[in-house]
Amino acid sequence: MYAQMIKTARPGIKSREEMTDQEREFQDKIDNDIKIEPRDWMPEDYRKTLIRQIGQHAHSEVVGQLPEGNWITRAPTLERKAILLAKVQDEAGHGLYLYSAAETLGVTRDDLVERLHEGRMKYSSIFNYPTLNWADIGAVGWLVDGAAIINQVALQRTSYGPYSRAMVRICKEESFHARQGYHAIMKMAFGTPAQKKMAQDALNRLWFPSLMMFGPSDKDSVHSEQSMAWKIKVKTNDELRQQFVDQTVPQIEYLGLDLPDPGITWNEEREHYDFTDPDWNEFFDVLKGNGPCNTDRMRDRKAAWDDGQWVRDGLLAHARKKAAARVAAE
Amino acid sequence: MAEVDNTALLQFLLRTGDNTLILGHRVSEWCGHAPILEEDIALANTALDLIGQTQLWLGYAAEVQGMGKSADDLAFLRDVWDFRNVLLVELPNGDFGQTLMRQFLFDAWHSIMLPRLAKGTDERVREIAQKAVKEVSYHVERSADTVVGLGDGTEESHARMQAALDYLYPYVGELFESDEVDAAMVDAGIAPDPASLRDEYDALVGRVMEKATLTVPDGSFAHKGGRTGRMHTEHLGHLVSSMQWLQRAYPGSEW
Ligand SMILES: [Fe+2]
Ligand SMILES: [Fe+2]
Ligand SMILES: [Fe+2]
Repeated sequence: MYAQMIKTARPGIKSREEMTDQEREFQDKIDNDIKIEPRDWMPEDYRKTLIRQIGQHAHSEVVGQLPEGNWITRAPTLERKAILLAKVQDEAGHGLYLYSAAETLGVTRDDLVERLHEGRMKYSSIFNYPTLNWADIGAVGWLVDGAAIINQVALQRTSYGPYSRAMVRICKEESFHARQGYHAIMKMAFGTPAQKKMAQDALNRLWFPSLMMFGPSDKDSVHSEQSMAWKIKVKTNDELRQQFVDQTVPQIEYLGLDLPDPGITWNEEREHYDFTDPDWNEFFDVLKGNGPCNTDRMRDRKAAWDDGQWVRDGLLAHARKKAAARVAAE
Repeated sequence: MAEVDNTALLQFLLRTGDNTLILGHRVSEWCGHAPILEEDIALANTALDLIGQTQLWLGYAAEVQGMGKSADDLAFLRDVWDFRNVLLVELPNGDFGQTLMRQFLFDAWHSIMLPRLAKGTDERVREIAQKAVKEVSYHVERSADTVVGLGDGTEESHARMQAALDYLYPYVGELFESDEVDAAMVDAGIAPDPASLRDEYDALVGRVMEKATLTVPDGSFAHKGGRTGRMHTEHLGHLVSSMQWLQRAYPGSEW
């Protein structure tokens, strides 16, 4: 989910008449739920769209280490520190796994990272929000991983084989993170008044940014239609967002926290919760680089990459020496 | 075998558990900032193992202390002067090379010490050491490989690794200090005399540094004061103040 506003080459979709034979055959496979594999023919725009989507997802896992890492050294117990370390380690692993899936489409990890650092690729808007108190760590697991799961469970059915398989594996771990996050915030919500205040503060701040994770409303998502036809996207942004709200509101009530949006009410007729739309101007600001943490996040990631150049060079030089020595010995 | 004196056993457990606590904390500071994604994963994994070991060592220490405290109380509610880790592990991370050099210098000692503890007379110490030894044999393999790769890499990586070794080496000697606590552990058959491990350590470090084309500094000067609590570095106070902040600011809460 960490993929938002993924562009296809053009808005709308081609009609069957407009398609070449190859394209028609490709679309038939998708319509019959036959997975597309790396060696199969695919339209160039399908490939590019997937690279953008999987790459953005991978970048999100990697940048997502930062807001959670922000609390690792301040975790309040050894157990919480261990749980958080394990989670962040999982997220980095997801990044690795997704980069590998993207590489099956003929792009390298280094190239994707370069595009990120040059601002030509994005990561999920959610990671441009700060983690300000310890309850944020619970809230991130509960809300952010929770929102990610809703999208990623749907994506297990995505048409591209390696991406679909990556999602199956990743979803298992994300569900675990969401449960642990909920447990952490439960401790806070049922804890001292100060802890409850932290939990409420975290929920209030992260609620709308979590809703934004699903991307703008379908009527404003010009690229959704093609992605849906290709089953790169499986459900609409609004469907997923509604599902998230419906599953989360009862959890907020169970925690005894105030609802973060006075517009949340049960709609008898729709049998869904109504809720206030997030501020899409804020969302577009964040995408443009004006979120509260965009600059710091990218500065951190670039510094990590640049400061690590000598390490990568050193290890590579050593590997070459060893390979040369092996050849000489043969 | 002499019956072990609880005061000595407690000191021994604090030394062991504080080493893993403080080093685990230091390593965890890297989160999201490593030179390559694989290293982010490896560093988090190392930190996680060390914190896991800490839970066991300090958990046992709290029991031996017999004052109804928990491992968390010991980690989060002692002040700097009560910490018993060696100075080596509280030193700042520096660059990636310094972090990995420190890791190797510690792992090498840890990998020699733990198998001894795993065969000692105290059942609990034995169990914890047996679990930790598997993790640590992997840590030392990894940190040694990285030290070799970077030492014998480019001119720059070589120079940085040599600088890291020069900076850290004077902190190695403290790992092999012996005092009355160690003597009590030896008498009870729980742990070996640290000084007796030095030859094996020097041989291991020597082999790795040779492959890494790095020069082990001469001179036997050793900074010490951590494992006795006599005098820590200035760095530990800052580490402890962020580590303990929530527990101190909101006492008596459950997390
Ligand atoms: Fe993830
Ligand atoms: Fe995630
Ligand atoms: Fe996750």
